[in-house]
Amino acid sequence: MAKQYLLGNEAIAHACIEAGLDFASGYPGTPSSEVIDTLRAQKKREFYIEWSVNEKVAFENALAASWCGQRSMVTMKHVGLNVAADPLLTSAYTGAKGGFVVLSADDPYAHSSQNEQDTRRYAHFAKLPCMNPSSVQEAHDMMKDAFALSEQVGLPVLFRPTTRICHSKGDVDLGEVSDEHRTGVFEKDPKQYVVIPAHTRVLHKKLNEKQPMVRKAVMDLGYNTAEVRGETAVVASGIAASYVQEVIPEGVSFMKVGCFPIDGAWMEAFVQQHKKVLVVEEGAPIVEERLRQLACGVEVFGQMNGAVPMEGELSPAAVAASMVKAGILKDNPFQSPAPAEGLPPRPPILCAGCGHRATFYAMKKVFPDGIFPSDIGCYTLGLQLGTVDTTICMGASVTVGSGIANAGEKRPVVATIGDSTFLHTGIQGLLNAVYNGADMTLVILDNRITAMTGHQPNPNTGETAMGEASVPISLEAICRACGASFVETIDPYDLTATLEALKAAKARAGTKVIIARQACVITARRAGVRRAHYRVDPETCTACGACLRFGCPAIGKDADEKAEINELCSGCGVCADICPAGAIVKEGRK
Amino acid sequence: MSSYDLLIVGIGGQGTILASNIIGEACLLEGVPIKGVETHGMAQRGGSVESHVRIGGTFGPLISPGGADLMIALDLMEAVRYRHYLKPQGRIIVNDHAVVPTSVFMQKLPMPARDDLLAALDGHPVTLVDAAGLAAEAGNLIVQNVVMLGAAAPHLPLKAESLEEAVRRLVPQKFLDLNLRAFALGREAGRS
Repeated sequence: MAKQYLLGNEAIAHACIEAGLDFASGYPGTPSSEVIDTLRAQKKREFYIEWSVNEKVAFENALAASWCGQRSMVTMKHVGLNVAADPLLTSAYTGAKGGFVVLSADDPYAHSSQNEQDTRRYAHFAKLPCMNPSSVQEAHDMMKDAFALSEQVGLPVLFRPTTRICHSKGDVDLGEVSDEHRTGVFEKDPKQYVVIPAHTRVLHKKLNEKQPMVRKAVMDLGYNTAEVRGETAVVASGIAASYVQEVIPEGVSFMKVGCFPIDGAWMEAFVQQHKKVLVVEEGAPIVEERLRQLACGVEVFGQMNGAVPMEGELSPAAVAASMVKAGILKDNPFQSPAPAEGLPPRPPILCAGCGHRATFYAMKKVFPDGIFPSDIGCYTLGLQLGTVDTTICMGASVTVGSGIANAGEKRPVVATIGDSTFLHTGIQGLLNAVYNGADMTLVILDNRITAMTGHQPNPNTGETAMGEASVPISLEAICRACGASFVETIDPYDLTATLEALKAAKARAGTKVIIARQACVITARRAGVRRAHYRVDPETCTACGACLRFGCPAIGKDADEKAEINELCSGCGVCADICPAGAIVKEGRK
Repeated sequence: MSSYDLLIVGIGGQGTILASNIIGEACLLEGVPIKGVETHGMAQRGGSVESHVRIGGTFGPLISPGGADLMIALDLMEAVRYRHYLKPQGRIIVNDHAVVPTSVFMQKLPMPARDDLLAALDGHPVTLVDAAGLAAEAGNLIVQNVVMLGAAAPHLPLKAESLEEAVRRLVPQKFLDLNLRAFALGREAGRS
């Protein structure tokens, strides 16, 4: 059909509607989020779609839809798969009925992540097939095939794109959107769906017996290819295969592993025709481990002997460097010119007017010696403001906070968590902290949206992924139901009230909750909220720098070292409250 | 097949993605293969961003350091940050303005002067563009990215008409005239 210039995630989403997707759920996480965002925005096919509160919830919903015979998909990023690992491992036993694809996007180099784990490990762990695309076009084609593969083998299929697939773009050939729809019907089969020990022992055996059939089905798809061209070979998987193709010399054999599990006999036959093999892959040495088992007498280069980096992401230049190490290339064809030195860094920052900045500022004022456990979201950027002392994973701010408090630490503990993260896995931490008497303050940074990943709705937003109005949950009621007796809601743009609430929390014992509520500045602007900008009166400004330390990108310096407010100002007005000289005023006022 | 490699750099929010989409659409119009990659997610919020575009590209989306034919920089300091991606004679189309990052105020780091930044681009053919001035002339500061794309147009291996048609296809109808004016003004600036 048509050729379009698309993002990898957009191409993947289109493949889903070509495959006749009936049910999609997920939790946002970079680099996976645009798959469901694209599905939400398209008008070519109707089906059920939800942003779930976390990955485990999303997984179980989609699995159930598959059991009802629908083609279903769940999306998440690699760290989200840890949250869904519990149902994932057992779903291999229960199996899938309608095609069920588990998209877990990996992030080599941790561009936007807390670790670099490899989803293919989970596929091996759970004994499930896994697809690892090497280009945007292949991601599209594989995703379309993934649903049929899942139905053919009766198992969930893992789909593992990486950042440079999800967020790369290319001219993609698309197919026709399917007009087949399936209504979900659950057929009872306790021996398949109730994993009491008596059933599960049988199911595990069946899963193991399926493996030869799975290996064959995977090979039949044709994404695993090999060409013998000489005595030396390069084996690659995922986007590394594209980088290899850019630099591989003539006369060197090439094997591409796009789908797992690997057929050992096929790989062994290839490897044994060579004297030397280099294995190039991002993440863990999954292909390399299998290849080494089969490479008796053949010299193997890869991550395990240091020829290929064990962390970070690859590039054509890095792949060429590995080929030099393996003696496949004489010199690296890429020059590596030195970057400019001494430039001030420009890391991502909280937006001008972001309510989180004001909350962090007030926390620092009231708790100068505080310990600040934080969580996963835009607000992790509070690191630069000195209010993020720990970050592990979704929901861990509350539990790390209560752990520190109950370990006997005397300094005050003030944890921060976003609304979406609180609903994801923060609630359990709060009820545990309250029940076990942790002396700490939890600040819920409530901007009423899942902002960092691109403004996906959550149950706090009042709108579903399908665009329908829904009942916004009450964070106050949830916190009180968790047992917290001190629950105060403040507007972080009101600095005085925010400081007062934090002082009141500081004066009390036990687990206190402050909900700092102010809509994300980006969603507010899109919704038409317009506030007057602020400006600095240069005659009143004493150039003390207090407003600059607030860290707002709308505040800079003029030629006389005095503060100056630029066009990024969103009119939150917090800097006017901070200025000790009263030099910051609303535009249009004297 | 060798590709014409282009890097678009700037600050999250300045519109690098729209610029790369316009080039992509122009490639589709001309039937030229294209690959590319761009910054998303957490790194996008006011941070340094890059978009790789490989016109005629058939392999992976990443441009290697030392491999780019052209760079469009929406900020003067970001041009210097990514300079090493260019080939020795690679051309730079750069906005004659550098936004001061908050790290300069928060960590009291020195901000390089305009002359130092220009000196750091020495050796490359450089086209300096007053993107803000031209965007204001077109009617709105928001179209600085399209001004810069227009300025790059005379150097891209694509017809200016294809780029213009791509702008028509990708920009909302009510902002179309504004963007076409921005493109034309930029194109004029890029010729000189």
